[in-house]
Amino acid sequence: MGTNIYKINPEFRDIMPKEIIDLEENATWSATTDKRGIKELPETKELLEEHSLCAGCPEAAALRYVLAALPKPEDTVIVNSTGCTSLMFPHIALHTVHSLFGNQNAVATGIKRVLDWRFPEIEKDVVVLAGDGATVDIGLDYTLQSFFRQENITTICFDNEVYANTGGQESGATPKGQVFKMAPTGKKFEKVRMWELAVTSGCHYSMNMTASAPKAVAKAVREAIFVARYLGPTFLNIYTPCILEIGLNANEGLREMKEQDKERFAAFKFVSPEAEELLAKLKEEGRL
Amino acid sequence: MSKRSDMTETKNWSGQTLVTADHMLFEAPRSKHFMTGSEVLKEAVKRCTVDASVSYPITPQSEAAHLIGELWAEGYVGVYFRGENEFGVMSEVAGCAMAGARTITTTSGPGTLRAMENFAQWSGTRIPCQLILMARGINSPLTIQPDNLEVSYMLETGCQIWYAENVQELFDMSIAAFVVAEKPDVHVPIITVVDGFFVSHTRESVMLPEDDIALFPYDPNRAPLPAIDSETPPGRFLRDPFVMKSNYISYATHASWQWEIRSAVERSVPYARHYLKGLVHVTGDADAEIAFVACGTASYQAKEAHRELTKLGIKTKVIKLRTIRPFPEAELLEALKGVKTIFVPEFNVVGWLEKEVKKCLYGKCDANVVGGPRVAGGMSMPAEAILREVMEKINSGKGA
Repeated sequence: MGTNIYKINPEFRDIMPKEIIDLEENATWSATTDKRGIKELPETKELLEEHSLCAGCPEAAALRYVLAALPKPEDTVIVNSTGCTSLMFPHIALHTVHSLFGNQNAVATGIKRVLDWRFPEIEKDVVVLAGDGATVDIGLDYTLQSFFRQENITTICFDNEVYANTGGQESGATPKGQVFKMAPTGKKFEKVRMWELAVTSGCHYSMNMTASAPKAVAKAVREAIFVARYLGPTFLNIYTPCILEIGLNANEGLREMKEQDKERFAAFKFVSPEAEELLAKLKEEGRL
Repeated sequence: MSKRSDMTETKNWSGQTLVTADHMLFEAPRSKHFMTGSEVLKEAVKRCTVDASVSYPITPQSEAAHLIGELWAEGYVGVYFRGENEFGVMSEVAGCAMAGARTITTTSGPGTLRAMENFAQWSGTRIPCQLILMARGINSPLTIQPDNLEVSYMLETGCQIWYAENVQELFDMSIAAFVVAEKPDVHVPIITVVDGFFVSHTRESVMLPEDDIALFPYDPNRAPLPAIDSETPPGRFLRDPFVMKSNYISYATHASWQWEIRSAVERSVPYARHYLKGLVHVTGDADAEIAFVACGTASYQAKEAHRELTKLGIKTKVIKLRTIRPFPEAELLEALKGVKTIFVPEFNVVGWLEKEVKKCLYGKCDANVVGGPRVAGGMSMPAEAILREVMEKINSGKGA
C-alpha cells in the first residue's frame, strides 16, 4: 500500500485534525525523498505527535531521531515493550505493537516472518524499540534468541540504566555501585554489556552510543535497518538518561549524554565483513 | 517451500482446491483411516490453508508439532519454526497472527503455564489463532501423565475453549475452530483441548475427506482490528494498552474492551452450534434421573458406565460439553430437564468442571451435583470407578 494509506478521503478532510492533514501533506516517506534524516526535522511533519514523557527527556528526543531516520516508514512496523517508551507509542503515526513486557523480539519475529510470507515483493522493516529492563533483563532470552535465529530485525535499546517508569529500580544495565531502589546499598554487579552479547549472539551490526549527536543516531539507525533487511539481526544500545532518576534538570540531559560519550557509552561499533560490504554498496547507490 | 503468491482464486499455494467449511465438514465424501490424535491433527492442518505455526517440544504434544513441521517442509504451511520456550512461542504466534496469518500452535501442561501471560494478551489483541492443548499434569512433582488441571487456568483468559473427546472430534473441531474464531464478529483466539495420550497417542478409526481440498485462506482485511502489516491507515491507538492516558476515558475504555472480549466469545455460539452440530451432545436414556456431565475422555468413560448401569436397570444419560467457553448454559439446562442427580467425572484434582456446572445451575436447576469421580496425575478412570460413585450415592451405605 505504501503511502496511499495516508491519503485522506476528501469527504472527511474538513473534519480531520491538523496533525492528520499534516501527515498527508508534509511528512516524508521513502517515495518522497531518497534520504530521510535529521535535517528534515524542523520543516517536515514528524511521525511522533505530542507525547507524555517528562520535559527534557532524552528518550523523547532519541525517538524523534529514530523516526526521522527510518528509510521506509510507510512499510515499517515498530514493536515496543513496557516502560517509558510505551508511553510514546500511541503517538506514532505508524503500525506499532505493544504486547507484553519482555516479549518484543518474539512478537517481532512472528510479524517479520509473516510479512515476508504475505508480501514477498515488498520490503517491510520490523524494528524493536524497548528499554533496558525489557531488553537486558526480562526479555534477554527472547532478544538473544532472535539474534541466534538470525531474524531480519533491528533491535534498539533505549538504555537509561534504570527501571524508570516503575519508579527507579536497579536494572541489569545499571552501573555497578549505583544506588537505586531494590539496590539500597548499591548495585553488586557490572553493567551488562549488551552490545557485546549482541556480537557474540550473531548480530551483523552492533553499536553502543549516546543520543547526544542526532546525526550519529540517525546514521546508525539507517545502517542498522538496511543491514537487518538484507543480512540479519542488528543491535543499537543508545544511552537516553532518565534525568528524573539521576537528579538532573530538564535542560541537563544533553550534557549528561556528552559526558558519557567518553565513559560507559564510549563509542563501540561492530560491523561484520558482509555488512561492511553491503553498506559500501548502498553508499555507492546513494541510499545511505 | 511454497509461495503465497502461488495461490489462485480456486487453489491455495499447495495446489489444493479451496472449499467452504460446510463442504469440508459436512459434504465432502470421506474415507476410513486409522490414526492417532497427533496424526489426525496433521491431516486437519493440511486441509486448513494455514499460514504459520510455531512449535516447541513438550510431551505429549511434540509429535503433533513435528507433523505440522513436515507439512511446512511439504509446502502446505507457509511459516514454521521452533521457538525458544512456550512464552516465546505464544508471543511469536501473536506476532504471526497480528501480521495477518492463520496461525496454529500446540502445547501441554507446564508449557501452558509457562506461556500463561500470553493467552490474555491474545484475546486482548483479538487475534483468531488456534492453540491445540493436549492436556497433561502440572508439576510438582514431575509428571507427564494425562490430567486436565491446566484447563482451569485457561478459563478466564478471554479465549474460546472447545473440548474434543476423541481423534475424530479433534479433526473436525480443529477445522471448525479456525472458521469460528475468524468470524469478524467473534475474532478471538480458540483453544481446542484434548486429553493428552488418551487422544494424542491413541489410534482410532476416523473418517476423513480427501486431502486435495482445503479451507479458503484467512482474510485479515475482514478483521475487526487492522492487521499489523502497514497496509491500512495506522490509528493513534493500534493494539496498545490504554494505560497511556491515566484518565476516566482510558479506564472506561479498558473496562468495555474486556467486556467486549467476553461478548465476542458469546457471539461465537450460533457459529459453534452450526459447525459442531450442537454445543452439547446427549446420549443415553432421555428420561433418566441421573446424568453425567463431562467433557473429553471423561465423557467417553461415562458412556461406558452408562452401558454397565443399563445392565443393572439404572437409567442414565451422558451430557458431553463440547464448548467450555462459551459455556453452553442453555443447552445444559435443557438436557438436564427431569434429572435429579448429576455426576461430574473429571481428570483433575480440583473439579473445575464441577464448579462450572454448579455456577451455571445455581438458582436455575434443583438437581444435586456430585463432583466425582475424580482422578488425577495420570490415574485412569475405569467405568467401575464411575459405577461405584453412582451406586454409593443412590444406594447409600450399601456401597457398589
